[in-house]
Amino acid sequence: MTAPAARPDRRDAAGIDAGRLRRDLALRRLGQVAMWLSPFLVYLFLWAPIVVLVVFSFNDGASVSTWNGFTTRWYENILNNTITAGTEAARFQTGLLLRAVRNSVLVGLVATAVSTALGTMLALALSRGRFPGRRFLDSLFYLPVVIPDITQGVSLAVFFNLVFEAVQRTLGVRLVPGFGTIVIAHIAFNVSYVLIVVRARLATMDPTLEEAARDLGANHRQTFWRVTFPILMPGVLAGALLAFTLSLDDFVITFFNAGVGTTTLPLFVYGMLKQRVPPEINAISSLMIAVSILLVGASLLLQRRQASG
Amino acid sequence: MARRGAEPGETARSIGLAVPATVWLVLFFLLPLVFVAVASFMSRGTGGAPVPPATLAQYERTFTVFGPVIVRSVNVALVTTALCLLLGYPLAFFISRRRDPRTRLFLLFLVLLPFWTNFLVRTYALITIVQRDGLLNGLLTRLGIAAEPLQLMFTPGAVILGLVYGYLPFMVLPIYASVERLDMRFVEAAHDLGANDLRAFLRVVLPLTLPGVIAGSILVFIPTIGAFVTPDLMGGTRGLMIGNLIQSQFGGRGNIPLGSAISMVLLALVFVGVLVYTRWGQEDERS
Repeated sequence: MTAPAARPDRRDAAGIDAGRLRRDLALRRLGQVAMWLSPFLVYLFLWAPIVVLVVFSFNDGASVSTWNGFTTRWYENILNNTITAGTEAARFQTGLLLRAVRNSVLVGLVATAVSTALGTMLALALSRGRFPGRRFLDSLFYLPVVIPDITQGVSLAVFFNLVFEAVQRTLGVRLVPGFGTIVIAHIAFNVSYVLIVVRARLATMDPTLEEAARDLGANHRQTFWRVTFPILMPGVLAGALLAFTLSLDDFVITFFNAGVGTTTLPLFVYGMLKQRVPPEINAISSLMIAVSILLVGASLLLQRRQASG
Repeated sequence: MARRGAEPGETARSIGLAVPATVWLVLFFLLPLVFVAVASFMSRGTGGAPVPPATLAQYERTFTVFGPVIVRSVNVALVTTALCLLLGYPLAFFISRRRDPRTRLFLLFLVLLPFWTNFLVRTYALITIVQRDGLLNGLLTRLGIAAEPLQLMFTPGAVILGLVYGYLPFMVLPIYASVERLDMRFVEAAHDLGANDLRAFLRVVLPLTLPGVIAGSILVFIPTIGAFVTPDLMGGTRGLMIGNLIQSQFGGRGNIPLGSAISMVLLALVFVGVLVYTRWGQEDERS
């Protein structure tokens, strides 16, 4: 197939249609311009809103289109717990914001810990084990990834409602949605993502290492904790990080399963956006962007260190 | 790949490892879905609760009253997917053709970083640009392109813009993976055989990267068809989507059977996407 390409043929060169050549070269130039221009425009599209938001969080005025001079007062307001926005409905307090952050982190930590453990165990079972129903489980655990979060959110809410009613009828105990229901919901969708990440790591693992450990007399437990788990660790960490991020980011599923007093950070931001937006929201959003950039940067550094170490 | 024979106890151990996650998924994911499926065939009781007798009335209402919203949602999701493809393919191609691996990593990082920031915050950032007194309108009026601020928000177009903004990285990553694996000697061969750039792209590059294109398209289509936040914040009444319909049926004066029926229709649409993916979107496992 490559034979004609490898043989330079001078005679053909004279026979080339000049018009066609010119057209093809023009096409190439057009392609080159588009190839440089379009990524530039896409990056502009992706980054301009974020940059504008951060810049205008320092704007001395509530506008997001006219620059009135530099100020850090919105950040100071957050720190000093000062209410500035006009109407009562638009007011927010730093205490509520901090409680929302605390709720989010708490939910994220618990959900991440449980889903990482469950997901890693499942990954080991699915990639090593040979048992009936394995393929079925395989496809079953892809469902939370593809099913829209709104469907997951409302179905869980209906489910909790029914269970709580049943509990009240039989035991007389009145249960309400809150921290527990949010964590349960987050674990339910996180396990699948942990599974995917850890399985990818397991797939690249050299099985002879474990065989060598066995041959050298290690029992199953020793092989796992001294050989398998250390090799698996970057995958487990990456899965945990993904789970934590998804948990922190989730709005829809939490929205349907939260209760009074268990407002997470996304719910808090949503509440602010739905009411009259206080000018401090630019500062809050910028802080959230800064935190996520720091987290992603830290995780990349961590991965690089692991890759080289 | 040679496998050793299963050791005694290996199977039991594997089942033991799989049980906790499976129980969790069945209890808190599958069972609730089954409940919703059952509720979709029931009548509305007091407070919107599902009660017997069984009926198809909810589906009938879904397709008649809410038919236009469902059609619009499918359209919005398709247009969003097409736009993401149009923007994402050249970008993925551009990134994967950089020679220095560090440049590639950095450019990918620039695509991914907005993706790691909270979805609501990103949506809000976009709103500040396109809202009536936002930066875009300010620029347009100051430059004299628009006589007065344009109403960009609360339209289906605004929803599409928000969704493209939110889900573009989902398109870029799989295409990037496909293009990076592409052997450029095929393109050289096409050129040597007389194909110009367009022909080489259409006949060689595109077919070879099609799995990435389909995977990316499905990854964009699925979350956009079920979107709730973007149409809620940017769509207004003219930009309502299926997700907003579902949400409104589960609120205070809602109708759970009706909301369940709409959810089932949404699930059916998603599974059409999944079928397309499993049929055409997966990379050949041998390669």
